[in-house]
Amino acid sequence: MTAIIDYGSGNLFSLGAALERIGERYIITNDDSLILSSDRIILPGVGEASGLINNINKRGIDKILKRSFVPVLGICIGLQLMCTHSDEGDVDCLGFFPVRVKRIKAEKLKIPHMGWNKAVNLKGPLFNGIREGEWFYFVHSFAPEISSETSSVTDYGALISSSLSHGRFYGTQFHPEKSGEAGEMLLRNFINMN
Amino acid sequence: MVAKRIIPCLDVLNGKTVKGLNFINLREIGDPVEMGRLYAENGADELVYLDIDASYQGRGAFLSLVRKIAAGVKIPFTVGGGISSVEDASALLDNGADKVSINSSALENPRLIDDLALKYGSQFVVVAIDALESTGVWRVLTKGGRYKTNRELFGWAKEVADRGAGEILFTSVGNDGTHKGYACDPTARLGGMINIPIIASGGAGEMSHFAKVFNDGEADAALAASVFHNGSITIGNLKRYLKDKGINVRVD
Repeated sequence: MTAIIDYGSGNLFSLGAALERIGERYIITNDDSLILSSDRIILPGVGEASGLINNINKRGIDKILKRSFVPVLGICIGLQLMCTHSDEGDVDCLGFFPVRVKRIKAEKLKIPHMGWNKAVNLKGPLFNGIREGEWFYFVHSFAPEISSETSSVTDYGALISSSLSHGRFYGTQFHPEKSGEAGEMLLRNFINMN
Repeated sequence: MVAKRIIPCLDVLNGKTVKGLNFINLREIGDPVEMGRLYAENGADELVYLDIDASYQGRGAFLSLVRKIAAGVKIPFTVGGGISSVEDASALLDNGADKVSINSSALENPRLIDDLALKYGSQFVVVAIDALESTGVWRVLTKGGRYKTNRELFGWAKEVADRGAGEILFTSVGNDGTHKGYACDPTARLGGMINIPIIASGGAGEMSHFAKVFNDGEADAALAASVFHNGSITIGNLKRYLKDKGINVRVD
């Protein structure tokens, strides 16, 4: 059973539908006992960092995530909120990844970075069976810096971290639930971690 | 680098995909979920669904269709038609839509763009603009291209972007339905002046038209309906053709 954390970020229906397609049961919740009794946790997200981190702190979700010991996957803004700091609204975040989130610097390129792009230098179990240079769907204006936690990179004018991993914490800047077969494979890899 | 996108557009009436020019001679051509799934498997990058009924009575049925699309289709999709308030858009988001497209309602109430972008983020808000050129001026049309407005395309596009739209879906009404190619010049001009993605629409008839709107029109995405629905162009073949032309598209 996967707990999808409900903290006021949009489009949870699509993520649930993607999990359903791969046969995973899920619950959308912000209840600490339900989250702590789940096998894995997804911090989803579409939205703006400073508002959402307030919601997380207000609802005590930061403490729940720290107390849990199961794999956690952050998606898009969920990933960014798991970093130390975001330049979007200049806010401190959860700090599960020792990485800062910066506005994309893409000279002459459009912001947001929207559409399908390639992930390369794939590392770690999330990418089991996924080929180098696979396409994923991105929508974002901010991105984590490249660091030792970077588990794949994507080229948008400059290189950005398209995924991170650190211990039991994982995150993708792209949306696996919107990324066709490859996205489904990645979600399946996450489900199969424990 | 981010790929140029190919976007099939499906008009929906009473739960079915329909085809017909300017709301005349509409005929059913298939199930919207099944068609969306097939397009996605064939390589479509996104889908656009337009509720062309959008009456109050039909709305509940359309929302349940949106849920089925979100459950069955593994790529992003935009929903348009009949969205005139934040509440309308919010209902679509809750039922799984990734983006909404607004057109006439944005012309009537431009603040709606600000409100939607503020509440759900720019990435959620596509503003569709229908325009027709006459004596050198690109005039914005409303209500499905039926009525002229006092607005001019480039000024309106700039305003739309400043208000927080995430993308502009530009349809050249004069090209729409002609199958003679996209309006590349205004598309390129829009792309040059606005820093959000431009989706070109109207006029696709053959594969070279897509190459042209990406190269000459500098479009970020190209939308088409009938060439995909009638099978004269398949998305798989189109993508391989574009790749051979050196255009960056998502294809194996």
